[in-house]
This record gives sequence, C-alpha cells and structure tokens, in this order.
Amino acid sequence: MKRWSVILAAIALSVALILAILELGPAGIDLRLPVAENMASSGVTHPVTAVLLNFRGYDTLLEVAVLLIALFGILAVGMEPLPSLVKPADPMLQRLARFACPLVIVAGVYLLWAGAFRPGGAFQAGALLAAAIVLLHLSGLWPGWGTPSWRQRLLLSGGFAVFLAVSVAMMGFGALLEYPQAYAGLLILLIESGLTLSLAAILAGLFLFLSRDTGGNP
Amino acid sequence: MGDPGSLAAWLIVLPLVWGSSSFVFFGKQAAWTAIAGLAVQTALSFHLAAILMESGPGVHRVGGWGAPLGIDLAVDGLSAALLILTQTVTLTLAIYARTYFLHDESKYRHFWSLTGFLIAGMNALFVSADLFNLYVTLEIIGLAAVGLVAMGGGVNQIAAALRYLFATLLGSGAYLLGVALIYGAYGTVSLETLTPLIANHVPRVVWFAAGLMLVGLMLKTALFPFHYWLPPAHSGAAAPVSALLSALVVKASFYLIMRLWIETFAPLNVGYAWLPASLGAAAILWGSWKAIRADRIKMLIAYSTVAQLGYLFLVFPLLPGLKAAQVIVMQIYAHGLAKAAMFAAAGVLVKATGHDTMSGLAGTAGRLPLTLFSFGLAGTTLMGLPPSSGFLSKWQLIDAALADGQWPLVVIVLAGGLLAAVYVFRILSFAFLLPPTNEKIAPIPRSLEWTAFVLAGASVVLGLRGVELIGLLIPWGAG
Amino acid sequence: MINSSLVFTITGIVLFAMGAAAVIMMNNLLRRILAFNLMGSGIFLVLVGLAQRQDAVDPVPQAMVLTGIVVAVAATALALALVRKLHALSGRLDLPRRDNG
Repeated sequence: MKRWSVILAAIALSVALILAILELGPAGIDLRLPVAENMASSGVTHPVTAVLLNFRGYDTLLEVAVLLIALFGILAVGMEPLPSLVKPADPMLQRLARFACPLVIVAGVYLLWAGAFRPGGAFQAGALLAAAIVLLHLSGLWPGWGTPSWRQRLLLSGGFAVFLAVSVAMMGFGALLEYPQAYAGLLILLIESGLTLSLAAILAGLFLFLSRDTGGNP
Repeated sequence: MGDPGSLAAWLIVLPLVWGSSSFVFFGKQAAWTAIAGLAVQTALSFHLAAILMESGPGVHRVGGWGAPLGIDLAVDGLSAALLILTQTVTLTLAIYARTYFLHDESKYRHFWSLTGFLIAGMNALFVSADLFNLYVTLEIIGLAAVGLVAMGGGVNQIAAALRYLFATLLGSGAYLLGVALIYGAYGTVSLETLTPLIANHVPRVVWFAAGLMLVGLMLKTALFPFHYWLPPAHSGAAAPVSALLSALVVKASFYLIMRLWIETFAPLNVGYAWLPASLGAAAILWGSWKAIRADRIKMLIAYSTVAQLGYLFLVFPLLPGLKAAQVIVMQIYAHGLAKAAMFAAAGVLVKATGHDTMSGLAGTAGRLPLTLFSFGLAGTTLMGLPPSSGFLSKWQLIDAALADGQWPLVVIVLAGGLLAAVYVFRILSFAFLLPPTNEKIAPIPRSLEWTAFVLAGASVVLGLRGVELIGLLIPWGAG
Repeated sequence: MINSSLVFTITGIVLFAMGAAAVIMMNNLLRRILAFNLMGSGIFLVLVGLAQRQDAVDPVPQAMVLTGIVVAVAATALALALVRKLHALSGRLDLPRRDNG
C-alpha cells in the first residue's frame, strides 16, 4: 500500500511539474551579462571558473568544508583493517597501473593550469589525481590508510586552510574574498594549487580510509 | 570590524579555523581551542546585536560583487537572536563535553572538528541571503550532524545515523530542486532580488518550488509526520551531541522555513497557514504521548523535542506580525536552553548509573540532587510554568492567538503544557520515589552537573529578562 | 517548442521522482545510496536544462552543478562508510526495525 502511494505520488508530481515547466516564459534576469562585464577584473578568462572561484567563491569555500566534514565523519566511524582481505597482486594490472599513473598525473596538473581559460580547475585536477591513487591501491601497489598521521592531516586540511586564509586576508581590504583586481589571477592560482593537493588527498582518503587492506599498517 | 556584516563573516570564519586546527592537532588542545574560539564568538555575537540595535540591519557583499552576481550576507534582528543562542549554548555544551569525553578521548576525538564545522555552517545559514548558498550550509549542518551521531557508536547508533542521513538528504534534495526551478523561472537565487520579483509575478513552477523547498525543510526539522528519524538519532547519540542536535540543529532549518514563509514566499502562503499549524498540533499531541510512554530517558527527551517543535509551527496562522515573531524567538530560546539542559542532565544520569532506562533512575535523587534539580527547572520551562521563558512564550502565544480569534491554538497550547507536565513528572517520580537499589552510582565530575544547571537556570531567568530579547526584534518586525 | 534543453529538464524531473521514490521505498541500503545519486543527477539536469532553455549557455548554474556534484560525492562517501560499518557490525545491508520504545 505504501509502495503504491509513493509511486503514484511520484508520477503525479513529475507530470504536474513537467506541465508547469512547459508553460514557463523567459526569465527576468540574465546573469550572463554581469558575468561577461566583470570577467576582465576577475583574474581568469573562463566564465565558469570566474563564477566558481571569484563571483561565488564563498560557495566553493563551503563546499570544500563539506568534503572535509565527510572525511571527519568517515574517520570518526572508523574501520578496522582485515588482514585476511589482502588480495594477491595481479602483475598485468600492476603493469598497466604503473604505466597509466604518470600520464594521469600529467593530465591532472594540466587540468589545474588550464582551468583559468577552459573547463578545468582544482576540483577536476584533484579528482584525477585521486583516481590515480585509487587505481594504484586497487592494483595492490598502494596500501590503504589507517589513522592519519599529523602530516597527513596537515595535507588533508592544508588546501582549505590556504583558501580560508586568503579569504580572511581580503577582509583587511574590503569584504570576505574580495580580491584586489591586480592580484586576482595570482591569488586564484595559489588557492587552486593548494586545493588540488588537498582535494586529491581527501578524495583518495574517502576511499582509502575505508579500505580494510592496509598492508600491515595500523 | 564595526559593521554587522563583517562581524557575521568572522562568526563563520572562526569556527572553521578552530575546527580545522582541532583536526590537525588532536588532544587536550582541541577542546581548549574550541572553548576559547566559542568564547570569542559569543562576545562577537553580543557585540553584533548591540550594533544592530543602534544602526539597523547590515549587508556584507562577499567578494565585493553584490547580488545577484555575488553572494550577500544579510544580518537582521532575527539572525542576530539565533546567532546569540547558538554561540552561548554551544559554549556551555563545549565546557560540558570537554569533561564528558575526558576518558573516552580516542573514541570521540572528532567531536571538536565536527562541532566546529557544524557551528560554522549554522552561523553561515543564519546570515546567508542566497538560496543556493543556503543549500550548501544546510548540507554542512546535515553531514556534520550525522557524523556526530555516528561517532564511536555501535549498530543502533550507526543505524540511527543512516536513517538521519537519508532523511536529511531527501530534504536537501527537495530543497535543491526547488532552487533549480526558481533559478529557471527568475534567473537569480538572491533573496533580496527575488522577493520583489515573486511579489510581482508567480509562474506555476514557483508554487512547486515553494512546496518542495518547504517540505524538504520540514523533513529536516522533523515536523510531524516527518519526525521518524529524530527519536533514534537524538536518543542514541552521546549526550553532548544530543543536546546540540535538539537544542540548535533542528532550529536552523526551522529558521529557514520561517524566513522563506514570511519574506520570500509571502504572496504564496495566504490561506495555507492552517497546514503547518495542524501538523504542529499533531506533533505536540503525538510527541508528548510517545514521551509519556517512553521507557528510556533519552528517548523520552527526544520525543519531547518532537512535541516542542510543534509549538513553533502552531504560530504560523498568526504570522506575519511582530508579536508572532517574538513568540517564535522566545520559544526557540526557551526550548533550546531547556532541552540542552535536559540532555546534559540525562548525560550525567546515564554516566552515573551506566544505563539509560527509567528504572535505573532509582536512588539518583539522593546522590545527584543538583542534576535532578536542573532537570526539574528545565521541565518547568517545557511545561510553561512561570517565571520561566517557556511560560513567557506560551503566554505571548495565547495572548496573540486570542487577539486574533484563534482559540483552537489556545486549547492545544494548554493541552501541550499538561502533557509535558506528565512526562517531566515521570522522570522526577522515578528518581525520587523508587527505593534505591544496590546498583553502584559512579561519581560525576562537578562541572558536568554545574553546566547542566547553568543551562536550566538560564531558561528560567530568561523569562524574567525577556524584554531585551524582544527589543532585538523590533527593528526587524517593523521592516 | 521543446528543444534539447527542455528534454534535459524533463528527464531530470523524471530521474528526481524515481530517485526520491526509491530512497523512500527501498530497503537495501546500497540501492538507496544509488537512488540518492540518481536523484541528485536529476536535480543537476533540471538546474542546467531549465536555465538554458532559451539555448543560451549560462555559467552560473554550471558552477552550481559543480558544487552540487562535490556535495553529493561527500554525502555518498559518508553514507557508504556508515553502510560498511553497519555491515561489518551486523552483517545486514538494511536498517533494523525502529526501536522507538
């Protein structure tokens, strides 16, 4: 009974919503105009990067906080290592991983740099680097992570700390995150570099801290 | 450093700083950095309120761009009131938690980092004026709260955390779909820009958006019938976490409902106030009933939260209006302080007797008189006995309801007070009247009992000094 | 006049409804996590599709979707960690019946 009422409600909602959307006129405000007008002073030349790291950079700061919270939650829950789960190494996969990983790293660094003028940036680069680490782990070349050491913790939170520090420093000149025009590009590059390293560590950590195959590490 | 907007920005940044440093540098420093940071934040929030009373609401344009291109932080009397409550209650609970977790340090070491980020998210939510930014703050709060519930727990705690996680994700998902529809309809997500646009013209899609957003937020606030996730989560978590969740976290999504209802969606809600009001009434009756029947202390208190949240929604037919807003803020304060005190007291009882059952309370009255007294004081606030702040809020509610001719509200309020008395006296009777058994009652550090007492005392004293709190809202209500 | 953006929007709404219904109805926790991701993808499609229904490319909703994807990843990671822990402790992949005593 409950299943049918949920299904019917879902169908009814979708149909009604679709009909409402079809009769929608054009929107009153077009944000592409102010974005285009202010791009020159934003420090980057790609509109999405400008929105992500300058116009709405505050959202980006908070979203890194969300990632960190997930990491804290995972560490708080904790998973004990299970030595019996260690998989035998597959030489074919390992060779492929060893071959692929340097390429992935190069692609990641390129994405970071390219973010200023085409789709790319810190999140994409960090995700790519994290994928390389996870690939190494899955092929048995990189052990899972146990409780993080203080150096690891510094790396995990470092990118966020840099972002936060830059945002707060700007309050001395104006509002939170208000980059002075001349330095906007430089500051954004600084923030993105720090974020890339941290994000790679965090995203890899979201996988590796859950792994029970720690190769003997506690 | 003198305008409300910048102060609000500092209130968001500071907890992020001590939360991150607690993550990197564990150990005793983590607790003390948190307490120091919270003390500074408490001072800042009072300073913010003082400036607000003099010079009126403030706006902080993050990035210097200004809405609708950038994100605005807007501070008015309502935000300031909630900021003050959040910092003061969290500071007191932090002092409580430091002692509470002293012997289980490794199991609960992430409490400080998670709490720091949770408070940052809440402060950010209370001042944000951008619908999408509000979504991100909602997620910060939701994920941090889930992490806190799951911390160091066994099967029941993890299951409760998962139930909470799915509920909160469903809620924020519905909210985000609403934001997507609004952006599609109007081209902006800035509250300041949207309010005149919505007043002007409401395409059909916006009705769906408003409904989705409000229902999603009600799911996060555990309004009946969406309350199913709250009792297991709040009763299963460690006592300081339960206190934070019941006293503060559920109020964050409620604040957003109130803000949207009164300001942004004002043209849409004409005539619909009976819906949240009847759900609120159901929450009061059902929550109180389940509390009376609960046989675990923290489960009783958690169901009491479900009931007390109902009062907040009961006021909706009286909105908008300064009096109704004052009632809501006073009730948020009263319940926040009292519930934090109750969970703190319950934590002491659980630590002392080693288990959570009502029958385990036998003999505690003699051994932990201060704790039971705090519990009773907090109970008077929930019941609405004078001179507590709970009495003040209920009296104002009845006053406003009678002035508006809404006497069914009066009946529900009085019934709720009686039912609250029943479950409060249940605990007190178990503690006072049951003959002491031979079970050992562990010694409890003094600071735990005193922090619970301070919170309970504050909830009563606030009833005597309610005028200042109301004064904070006058500039806002007039606008 | 249904252009490609509106097709994305309609698909997004259908995905959201399916995902939300599945999260509510299903018992297996892994399926519920997958359903949540489906729901999220639906919302992102609506966000971008609806804003671009006049065939224009708007960077603001695209940036919002990037943020939303990261938030969804974080939530999924936390959910998976909790499910793994639950499975390690109890052997089950669904939530035990509520103990609301």
